[in-house]
Amino acid sequence: MLQLTDATYSRILGHAYDGLPMEACGLLGGRPGGVGSGAHASVFYATGNDAHSTKVYTIPPKEHLRAERDAEDRGLEIIGVVHSHTHTEAYPSPTDVRQAPDPGWHYVIVSLRDDAPTLRSYRIVDGNIAEEPVVVVADR
Amino acid sequence: MAVDVRIPTIMRPHTGGQAKVSAEGTTIGEVIASLVGQFPGIAGQIVTPDGALHKFVNVYVNDDDVRYIGKLDAPVKAGDVVSILPAVAGGA
Repeated sequence: MLQLTDATYSRILGHAYDGLPMEACGLLGGRPGGVGSGAHASVFYATGNDAHSTKVYTIPPKEHLRAERDAEDRGLEIIGVVHSHTHTEAYPSPTDVRQAPDPGWHYVIVSLRDDAPTLRSYRIVDGNIAEEPVVVVADR
Repeated sequence: MAVDVRIPTIMRPHTGGQAKVSAEGTTIGEVIASLVGQFPGIAGQIVTPDGALHKFVNVYVNDDDVRYIGKLDAPVKAGDVVSILPAVAGGA
C-alpha cells in the first residue's frame, strides 16, 4: 500500500499536466513500508525528462543524485518513481517492467488519457506486476 | 586515496546492507576494483565483462558524471564522494 500526502499527490498531477505533450516523471521520497504498514511518500521530486518524448522517460541522473541527497538530509529515502502516460492507461508498459531499476520501489503511473487523471501504483518484482492501493492522506 | 561510495538500495545485498562504504583509488576504475575486491558480487552490477561501465548505471564523483570526466579514468581524490545510481527510465 502506498500513502501519498495531499501535497505530494497534487504536485504529481500538476507536474504530469505541466509536462504535456511529453511524458513527465519524478521521484518519490518518504519511508518504505514494513510488515503491516504501507509506504508513506511525503516528497515528490519533480524532474525533467531526459528523453524529451511523448512515449518514454528518463530521469536525469543529476536530478536523481540531488533527490537522493535531499532525501537523506531529511532522514527519508527514495522509495519510487512516478511517470505519466499521456494517451495510454495507467498500467506498466513492457518497457516500464523491463527497465524497472529497483524491486523495492513503488511505481506510480498517472494517465492523462481521459478527462480526469488516473493515478495508480505498482510493485514490479522479477517482471511481475502487482497493483497496490494508493491512499491520499493529510500532510504530516 | 580513501573515498566514500554511496551504494544504491538495489546493490546493498552485495555490501551486507551497507548504504555507504569506503574504497581506495586515484581513478574511478581503481575505486570500482577496490569495491569489487571487498564485495565481489557487486561487479556484475556496475561493469560489463570487458570492464566498461554498464549503460544502466550512473556514477558520479561529487557532482560530476564520470562519463564527462574520463569514465573509468575519472580522477578521484581523498574525501571525494562517489555515488552509484541505477538508470531510471521507462515508457508508455
